[in-house]
Amino acid sequence: MEVVYITIGVSIVVAIFFFIIFIRSVKSGQYEDTYTPSVRMLFDDELVTKNDKDKIEVEENKSELTK
Amino acid sequence: MISKECYHCGADCGKKPIIFDEKNFCCNGCKTVYEILNANELTCYYDLQSSPGTIPKEIKGKFNYLENQDIIEKLLEFNDGTISVVEFYIPSIHCSSCIWVLENLSKLNKGVITSMVNFPNKTLRITFKNDLSQLKDLAELITSIGYEPYISLEDDNKKLHKVDKTLIYQVSIAAFAFGNIMLLSFPEYFEVDEFWLEKYKYLFRWLMFVMVIPVVFYSGKGYFISAYKGLKHKILNIDVPIALGISVLFIRSTVEIVLDIGTGFFDSLAGLIFFLLLGKFFQQKTYNFLSFERDYKSYFPIAVTKIVNGVEKNIPVNDIKKGDRLLIRNEELIPVDGILINGNAAINYSFVTGESVPTVKQSGDKLFAGGKQTQGAIEMEVINTISQSYLTQLWSNDVFNKPVDFTIKNLTDTISKYFTIAILSIAFIAGIVWYFINPSMAFNVVTAVLIIACPCALALSAPFAIGNMLRIFGYKKFYLKNAETLEKISKITTIIFDKTGTITTSHKTQIKYVGTDLTKDELKIIKTVLRASNHPLSRSLYEFIKKKPFSEKLTTFEEVLGKGINASLNNVTVQLGSANFIGVNSNILNETAIYVKINNEVKGNFIFQNSYREGLKEVFETLKDNYKLVILSGDNEGEKAFLEDFLPKNTQFQFNQKPEDKLNFIKKLQQNGEKVLMVGDGLNDAGALAQSDVGIAISEDVNVFSPACDAILDAKLFNKFPKFLILSNKTMKIIKTSFVISLLYNLIGMYFALTGQLTPVVAAILMPLSSISIVVFVTILTNWVSRKNVI
Repeated sequence: MEVVYITIGVSIVVAIFFFIIFIRSVKSGQYEDTYTPSVRMLFDDELVTKNDKDKIEVEENKSELTK
Repeated sequence: MISKECYHCGADCGKKPIIFDEKNFCCNGCKTVYEILNANELTCYYDLQSSPGTIPKEIKGKFNYLENQDIIEKLLEFNDGTISVVEFYIPSIHCSSCIWVLENLSKLNKGVITSMVNFPNKTLRITFKNDLSQLKDLAELITSIGYEPYISLEDDNKKLHKVDKTLIYQVSIAAFAFGNIMLLSFPEYFEVDEFWLEKYKYLFRWLMFVMVIPVVFYSGKGYFISAYKGLKHKILNIDVPIALGISVLFIRSTVEIVLDIGTGFFDSLAGLIFFLLLGKFFQQKTYNFLSFERDYKSYFPIAVTKIVNGVEKNIPVNDIKKGDRLLIRNEELIPVDGILINGNAAINYSFVTGESVPTVKQSGDKLFAGGKQTQGAIEMEVINTISQSYLTQLWSNDVFNKPVDFTIKNLTDTISKYFTIAILSIAFIAGIVWYFINPSMAFNVVTAVLIIACPCALALSAPFAIGNMLRIFGYKKFYLKNAETLEKISKITTIIFDKTGTITTSHKTQIKYVGTDLTKDELKIIKTVLRASNHPLSRSLYEFIKKKPFSEKLTTFEEVLGKGINASLNNVTVQLGSANFIGVNSNILNETAIYVKINNEVKGNFIFQNSYREGLKEVFETLKDNYKLVILSGDNEGEKAFLEDFLPKNTQFQFNQKPEDKLNFIKKLQQNGEKVLMVGDGLNDAGALAQSDVGIAISEDVNVFSPACDAILDAKLFNKFPKFLILSNKTMKIIKTSFVISLLYNLIGMYFALTGQLTPVVAAILMPLSSISIVVFVTILTNWVSRKNVI
């Protein structure tokens, strides 16, 4: 049963590790603005589709020209 | 004809929309924004949200001061010579399209490296390369697409603002320790004589001890400090019994594990601190986008244009000297008192008085700080520096420098005085009694009494009840600065209202015609004449007259600055203007009026009146039974007769009150033992708002303007004002009820303590149970009460 010393030790180290990560994320300001990132993450896709659309249009124009 | 909405801003385009790219625009400004975005492939802006834009403001020369190196230094958050970081406050950020376009600034300006929006705070942080972009270019760029940054004198010391995250750290450490300690203490609660447990319990106990140390000395330090400060001021606040409870818990538990008597109360200790801090955290509701501490500095520009020998030069406002000549452009604020030299001044003093109809001034007239020029550029000569101006002088009053009073007694502290004395005497008596029955138990019983009496539930009920109510209020657009405000509202005896801008609305100006009736043709002619004038009053009147103007051009048109208009159309002469100009004796004192003379015959006058807010009468009728009501106005007595008739009989009226008079009036009331609530809006109420026990600012746009105060009420909700007062009072009742319940819990605990049966298990069950049930109780009740009083 000496293994209890190890398991408890490990669990506490892991817990403290996550705790430190949490404190650091608070410090870096991750929780200061919880709204904007939720909107921001949707934008990249929009931009890409827009560029794609443009590309397609450009290509269509090109193909029309070559015809 | 169907009216069309502007593709950019959604406003009605009127009858002649500007059509570009098959889209309707209400004005050239909106069209320009579309063009800019379109040229840079940013039209996705319009896909995210339909008509998301705002009409861009005129910017010519407005940001010239951003070329001044001193000002740049002050505004930049970071600058290493090649890269700079700046943060702008942009009130017009309102939707996801705004975020999108502002975060794609790098497409519009090559120097921008990144731009990040903080939506709740309405700020934009731009990182840019110094050699490619200037601060001024960036400000002009975002203004040109409709996002004008708000740069004020206050931004000078921006770098000082830092968010205090201590409480978050304290809560998280307490939570972490609480969870772990609870797990470690469980075994001993259930399997006391088990062989392996017997072997490991020392390890568990010392681990708990190690973990509880930061909880007591870091997370819980606030309670010790507050208790110490309270005792120093000879006040037994709620933190005294809490600090006592924490120390006793810690000492007794440590003694127990050192002497191997028992397992200690570490889990209860960590839990206690965790719950208490959680309450504090919950109560700390902040509205990031609002500021309750604003003074004139937040509204005054950071720099002005000074004219030196005909050359324009930008100087910081603080450097303005007596005798300087300043150029004030359209939409700019006058920062100091001065004399108008030339230009067409129409000054809007709504920031100061709440009066939104612009006052027309002529050269030689005195201009007061705080007014906003609304048409064209003017030149003025400074007669007072910024700190000595009529308006800003108010801030040198002591009220604004009063240190935060520590001795505010809230409900919890009032009770805790008796509570602390009671538990100390119980502990003392129990100690003596047990000493005679069984001396070895005396220490146990005394500490048990102090532990169980630790008023966790008591201390939690107010924060959760008030915190929840603050949230409900905020959701309904009544923003309170802090929890104390809600408690103070429940003690109010007198309510004072400012007049202009507070009980009247600054949006809708009512225009009334008095005189001989005008024929249809006469109205048409007047409207035709007004069309040619740019004067703000002309524009309002133009909107007011519903007839169509003639399409013919005026035969003659002459506008006499600050006086009126002489015009004629096909033999009909029209004169519009002030009483003086028309040549009649004015009998109207307080109102703005335009007189009409057609073919040399005085017809009558149009009177511009402020309209009173909806539900004003009802508000006063509801309040009159419970409060003394006062109207405190800076205006003259022009509307006194009407108001006396309109409002309840016992309303008191005070007119012609200067800002200092208002402040002193409240001071006097307070000396007579009244608790005063002041409702005001402009900077001229700032002194009164600060002096009153609770100052509430009424604001048409909560993001942009409100003087320093304890609470901000959205102007549209003025008619709900009494309901907010009722709800505040009900909240206090709920808190009192929950005090009774938590005292019952203490009585139950006291039974265990006095009979010497308080084991760690009992404490571990009783403490969280009482705390959580109180929290649930007050939360449900406050929600229910606010739903019942539908606001």
